[in-house]
Amino acid sequence: MMRADNLFKTFNPGTPLENPVLRGLSLTIESGQFVTVIGSNGAGKSTFLNAISGDISPDSGSLFIDGQDVTRQTAWQRAGLVARVFQDPLAGTCEGLSIEENLALAMQRGQGRGLSRAVKASYREQFRAKLATLQLGLENRLGDRMGLLSGGQRQAVSLLMASLQPSRLLLLDEHTAALDPKTAAFVLQLTDRIVSENKLTALMVTHSMRQALDHGHRTVMLHQGRVVLDVSGEERSRMDVPDLLAMFEQTRGEKLDDDALLLG
Amino acid sequence: MSLISLMGALEIGLIFALVALGVLISFRLLNFPDLTADGSFPLGGAVAAVLIAGGHDPWLACGLAAIAGAAAGWLTAWLNVRLGILQLLASILVMIALYSINLRIMGAPNIALIGLPTVFTPFISTVNDNAWLIQPAVLAVIVVLAKLLLDAFFASEAGLALRATGANPRMARAQGISTDRMTLAGMALSNALIALAGALYVQTQGGADISMGIGTIVVGLAAVIIGETLLPPRSLWLVTLATVLGALLYRLLIALALNADFIGLQAQDLNLITAVLVGLALVLPKIKAKLRNKQGGRTA
Ligand SMILES: Nc1ncnc2c1ncn2[C@@H]1O[C@H](COP(=O)(O)OP(=O)(O)O)[C@@H](O)[C@H]1O
Ligand SMILES: [Mg+2]
Repeated sequence: MMRADNLFKTFNPGTPLENPVLRGLSLTIESGQFVTVIGSNGAGKSTFLNAISGDISPDSGSLFIDGQDVTRQTAWQRAGLVARVFQDPLAGTCEGLSIEENLALAMQRGQGRGLSRAVKASYREQFRAKLATLQLGLENRLGDRMGLLSGGQRQAVSLLMASLQPSRLLLLDEHTAALDPKTAAFVLQLTDRIVSENKLTALMVTHSMRQALDHGHRTVMLHQGRVVLDVSGEERSRMDVPDLLAMFEQTRGEKLDDDALLLG
Repeated sequence: MSLISLMGALEIGLIFALVALGVLISFRLLNFPDLTADGSFPLGGAVAAVLIAGGHDPWLACGLAAIAGAAAGWLTAWLNVRLGILQLLASILVMIALYSINLRIMGAPNIALIGLPTVFTPFISTVNDNAWLIQPAVLAVIVVLAKLLLDAFFASEAGLALRATGANPRMARAQGISTDRMTLAGMALSNALIALAGALYVQTQGGADISMGIGTIVVGLAAVIIGETLLPPRSLWLVTLATVLGALLYRLLIALALNADFIGLQAQDLNLITAVLVGLALVLPKIKAKLRNKQGGRTA
């Protein structure tokens, strides 16, 4: 379970660049729920995810993961609870390290690191088996540098890495946005599989309303740093993209132009 | 070049192999441009010289010198990660401070160690002079040991965490690695190696001098860069090997250049040569890339 209470965050306060990004954002996610997040550019989606993971700290408000108050914890202290996949395929892995070394780093997520061998023989077997499920032939390339892989392959490996250790919350920030449509569809399918197999609680930001409705159990829309729309269950399953748009306009009392929200 | 001067070049090369391994950790693995070396190398020398002159065991002197170096590297990292001072500036502050500290430790601008026991003494024959052979041999053993230990460390969980910290700090934190702690530890390790080199240096030179640290960082960097052109960075043990070879090759080239009378170079030109060499090595890849881009543009 994750609970965000009244989060505020202003970048560059007291300067001409002052930018209030989170403005009283509250959201509760039950265990096992897969929530998709949409919203216009600059709505604060990435900032929200960064606040949950601890990459930035909110000015006020609080964050609970599984009842534990993590508001004041650093990103590395929360890593045992939160797994994540970034939008940029280069961001989630180390390109100078081998595939198995990257996986070994994730194998130890949120645990102490000592002087024993990082890539253990028993790990290798597990890595091979997990990589084989991707059907990308990576199971035979454990020693290859991560930098040799394509963006899609790297995102697929990032997803595997996020699922090697149990986590209370999986954060996905437009993790298919940098990929071509075919690869994006593959990574999305993989996401669905990993989330349901591991019964993960997940928060997925997407730029596509189509994806937002087709995946997960619940969809929320952020606008100007707050949740303005929250649909799930029966209501959501009957919805289509135009309905979502109409609802948004209704709640906000303003007309959206095409640039403000990307249709998918 | 005579055999004796060749061995002399090898000896200094081996000492600078330790410096180069330290520089590899800071500049390359941690991505932390660190100039502390110019202070931590003489710091190691000063601590070792004072202890040996005071009648202490030379190995103990080396160990304490390394610990002093670790403290210096830790301080540089602390100024950066805790106080937010820019990496380069933090290291310059510590380097400058160390000049005063080293003078305090030594109590005089130089300390002579001639006739005192060093780590080499037990192996040197009293009958015929074999120091020219024994000193490089002992140093070679130390360097090989250091390289193997580093290789093992970088293949460990903590070592991998250190490499991730330098390569992708955001990802490292997302995996639960405290990048601050890793930077502190890595910088301590780096400067411990450099101070150990300083401690061994004063024992080969028969004394310590306050100005012996000048240019240490540039020589270490030169060795790392030469190493990078020697071997492909396919795995980390190849990189550490290349770094050691780079240091040896660098000193051999310098010895050759100084020996070739027709060039007219003298020992005091060393720092100039090194600076030019490193400068060239830094811009050459960029020029190469530019040329390649231009060619690509023409054919496209
Ligand atoms: N670290 C930061 N420093 C300053 N401004 C930031 C930072 N991160 C995000 N912003 C700004 O906050 C706003 C919201 O960004 P973001 O959360 O990335 O939006 P979204 O992901 O919804 O498109 C943008 O105007 C962005 O420029
Ligand atoms: Mg974003």
